[in-house]
Amino acid sequence: MSPIQEIIQKVSASHGTERESLLPILQAIYAKNHILTEEDMIEVARELDISAAHVYGTATFYSFLETQQSGKYIIRLCRTITCMMHGKNIILQELERLLKIKPGQTTPDGIFTLTETNCLGQCHKGPAMLVNDTPHTDLTPESIREIIDKYRREALQ
Amino acid sequence: MTKNLKRLDLIFKNEGDSEAILGKTLARSNEELISDLIASGLKGRGGAGFPTGLKWRLAADDKADEKFIICNADEGEPGTFKDREILTSVPHKVLAGMAVCARIINCRQGFIYLRQEYTYLVPHLNNAIEEFHQLMKKFEVDFQVEIFMGSGAYICGEETALFESMEGKRGEPRNKPPYPTNFGYKGKPTVINNVETLAHTYSIFKYGPEKFRDLGVKDSRGSKVFSVSGDTPIPGIYELEFGMTLQKFVDDFGDGDAKAVQVGGAAGFCVPRKRFEKTIIGYQGKLTGVSLPTGGSMMIFNSSRSMYNVLHNYLDFFVEESCGQCTPCRVGTQQLLMGIQAVKRGERPSTYLDKLLGLAEVMRVTAKCGLGQSVANSFSSIVENFKEEMIY
Amino acid sequence: MSSQVTLKIDSISVSVKQGTSLLDAARSINIKIPTLCHHEDLCVAGNCRVCMVEQKGSDRLLPACAIPASDGMEIHTNSMKVRNARKQILELLVSEHRAECTTCYKSGNCELQELSHEYILGENAFINLIPFKEYTIDYYSPSIIKDDSKCIRCQRCVRTCDQLQNIGALTVSKKGSEMKISTFFEKPIYQVVCTNCGQCVNRCPTGALTEKNYVEEVWSAINDEKKYVVVQTAPAVRIALGEALGIDPGEIVTGKMVTALRRLGFNSVLDTDFTADLTIIEEGHELLQRLKKVLKDKDKNVRLPMTTSCSPGWIKFIEHIFPDFLPNLSSAKSPQQMFGALAKTFFANKIGVDPASMVSVSVMPCTAKKFEANRPEMYSSGYQDVDYVLTTRELALMIKQAGIDFKSLADDNYDSIMGESSGAAVIFGATGGVMEAALRTVYEVVTGREVPFEGLNITPVRGMEGVREATLKIDKALPEWDFLEGVEVKTCVAHGLANAKRVMESVRDGSSNYHFIEIMACPGGCLGGGGQPIPTSPEIRNARSSAIYREDTLKTIRKSHENPEVVKVYKEFLGEPLGHESHRLLHTHYTPRERY
Repeated sequence: MSPIQEIIQKVSASHGTERESLLPILQAIYAKNHILTEEDMIEVARELDISAAHVYGTATFYSFLETQQSGKYIIRLCRTITCMMHGKNIILQELERLLKIKPGQTTPDGIFTLTETNCLGQCHKGPAMLVNDTPHTDLTPESIREIIDKYRREALQ
Repeated sequence: MTKNLKRLDLIFKNEGDSEAILGKTLARSNEELISDLIASGLKGRGGAGFPTGLKWRLAADDKADEKFIICNADEGEPGTFKDREILTSVPHKVLAGMAVCARIINCRQGFIYLRQEYTYLVPHLNNAIEEFHQLMKKFEVDFQVEIFMGSGAYICGEETALFESMEGKRGEPRNKPPYPTNFGYKGKPTVINNVETLAHTYSIFKYGPEKFRDLGVKDSRGSKVFSVSGDTPIPGIYELEFGMTLQKFVDDFGDGDAKAVQVGGAAGFCVPRKRFEKTIIGYQGKLTGVSLPTGGSMMIFNSSRSMYNVLHNYLDFFVEESCGQCTPCRVGTQQLLMGIQAVKRGERPSTYLDKLLGLAEVMRVTAKCGLGQSVANSFSSIVENFKEEMIY
Repeated sequence: MSSQVTLKIDSISVSVKQGTSLLDAARSINIKIPTLCHHEDLCVAGNCRVCMVEQKGSDRLLPACAIPASDGMEIHTNSMKVRNARKQILELLVSEHRAECTTCYKSGNCELQELSHEYILGENAFINLIPFKEYTIDYYSPSIIKDDSKCIRCQRCVRTCDQLQNIGALTVSKKGSEMKISTFFEKPIYQVVCTNCGQCVNRCPTGALTEKNYVEEVWSAINDEKKYVVVQTAPAVRIALGEALGIDPGEIVTGKMVTALRRLGFNSVLDTDFTADLTIIEEGHELLQRLKKVLKDKDKNVRLPMTTSCSPGWIKFIEHIFPDFLPNLSSAKSPQQMFGALAKTFFANKIGVDPASMVSVSVMPCTAKKFEANRPEMYSSGYQDVDYVLTTRELALMIKQAGIDFKSLADDNYDSIMGESSGAAVIFGATGGVMEAALRTVYEVVTGREVPFEGLNITPVRGMEGVREATLKIDKALPEWDFLEGVEVKTCVAHGLANAKRVMESVRDGSSNYHFIEIMACPGGCLGGGGQPIPTSPEIRNARSSAIYREDTLKTIRKSHENPEVVKVYKEFLGEPLGHESHRLLHTHYTPRERY
């Protein structure tokens, strides 16, 4: 069994093989690989007996499911209004400087992907960002450097 | 700073008596409980403000053998973060509300649709659910709750889009009718309530409907959890009584230089300083002045802020978060955004703003769901009140 | 609960059945509400928002297609508010549409164009979004061109592919401003599970989905003196061509069409109906052979049920979705391909033309035929058997280009040989027709008597029901077929690939036990093909169907095996059914394809 099939089996063991388990399956694959490939989606379509195009159409609807390879840590910086008001652009500049990439790109070492995202629900503590699932709030250029350092060290261990 | 507004503590107060309260509530009859809910005047705290008791009754009246209760925790409205706080602090109240609803409508399966941005809450919530399931066992209630994760789509907060999403499809709102209480998740009768609404039902069952009804004004009853952000020295979550004027709110929360407050997030209204005094926070259309509390997002802008930038930011959001299926929303949002840019750059005359206001109105009356319909709220209120900022 | 509701539309009182949409309620009193995403063949989408109407006492407008009429409603379909909303929505649609009408293939038959004209859209109403968008035009398929810049996201094509065909080759992808109609991973159509049936093309309101046209190529061939151009016309073309040339649906225009084809300059005007008869002979004998091998010889290597093989959309479908059932597919080629193979062999020889200089053109109600003609399997004459496939629509355009007043044309007859046909061939154009034609011949071969149906009309296999079953009991079989004595031959007819899928699943799980299945990819069969005049609707397809069965009864010869030209071609050239030459030219095999 391929690793993808294993994920599918595991998720469908608790959610079933109806179409209702499509999102949990895609989420599980994405959480593991940080990419949804053509082959993954074909495998999922086969398992759920639905059109591969519809798997693709559904996956691309959701911002947190991507068909491009993202890094080990996906940084999602909130660009919505209150984070914007509290200096999100300075944080973005600092991130770009530290990582030497623009939003939508991944560092050549495959550690970080930088993206901007819509409201994270941390408006009272903006600017805010998610690194994978973990929120980081009240960001300052200084705190950003520490956070990036911490993840980089973690990745290199 | 003077404090005009009374801070309430119904939602977040944790007295460790939830098991007793739930036991006491489940011992009462369905009819009594629904009557209490209706008497309390509780309306949905997610957006549309539908009376909660009536919603439960409609679902209870449907005789289908399978039904669902869904807690909508897809809190994505810009400036809203109260559901996250409620789920963090008092998840047991939300779960208790779901259990009572499940008993009343006769359903065995509940879901919490949690936005992916809140994934970090999952272990904490699962603990709460685990404890809750023990409690259900103890009360001999056949009811389970499961978390269903979103995947980053604002529109999934719209109830029918949320069902579609749970069914493994694109989160595109459905045509209504049929309504969720008859035809919801998997085509079954479904009660879908906002996190805060469910927490309020707990308070109502605990303290009785009168205590809730005594708060607020006219048909906007009870307390409301507000998410306060923007130009404020004290951003955060506050439980306040319905019926306050915006002036009083700004006096309490502003930085002394507030020029506008966005009430209800990007989908809500922008109220300029000159209207603070006349604007009362409550459900739309029933009170003097405007204001739709929806998620209870209150974003304060001081005079240093460009309202053009604010509107631009909202429109960027809508252009991306529209599901794209209906014409007015998909194309309309793009035209509004490109339109204000064109006016700002002098590529279109300032009179083009009037055409855009007309377009926003058409969107309001023709869009398929609340997202497309409500773009006009912020667009029109910002453009009309801050026209100069749009042009120069 | 009362089953009727009464409401007022534009002050006219109307009673309709409960559940009727406002759109249909208005139609019932001849009030037309404009639509774009709505299509009679498909479920309600309610996404274009062009059909908005005003309800008294309601602030928001209502989509007439999606809202059921209810008692006491007062609806206004033509208020200021309604007209203003519709006009602005049309302006929005035009702003994301590459509105280059003069160079658009769909011009003149575009629903967006028509409504834009009705609502007098001014120039530059909103900002033209097209220059700011990335879009692709996929013209790699031999059948279908998909031009995203013309798409208005009504999703008719997606619903068609899902609901009528149950394929899901098309989907909606992304969201917001980036939302679009996609294939799997934005691959070109020829690389995905698309069957080329063209039903999406038939329902696309704009020029976003069109057939790939070969009009210029055919003109070039006609105008090339070194080329000898033969044309064949499919059964379903003659009962629909008129619609594209100002004639009502349901009129038979065979004679006019033949005259027009001569006027266009084709050297020989021949009939696919001839090879439809030939198909019946070959396929009928193949069925008998299979029955014999299975029932008498107990040959485990021969499969039943046998399924028809003349619909190229169905062929590609079975290759993708049911490759394990390819052995069940009749090896007989489709009439188009039998014709092509004979044209460049038998016919070329007969008229003394070098097949290398022959150009073989077919006129088909079908877009999948374009793909079929390009299959590598279809070179049995030593050349590409059919060079160009035109749809009914393309032929209509050529007739218009040639300045021919179609309505006033006199009737003419096809050339001979390969121009004669029976009524059995004519009904190939309707769902159930191949089955009926086959049974007329097979029953007679087995029993020496005509099928026991009045006027040879095997009505149980006719109609528009998605799946139809019929049993024919063999009575007093001739000695050679004694193993069939008393056998109830179980047949099934399905049209539309969603129905085909249901039938094949019943075969796979053993819940059915048919001997012979006819499948047509398109709703109604070829008469509702992807290359037929647009629009299509149940009503139009019924009119075409009546015309087909009328044409059948008008024919003096009603059975394929009695077509004298068919008899002649066996005598002079092919020998016998399923013989060596037949196998070389008239039969083929197909290969499995990936489902995903």
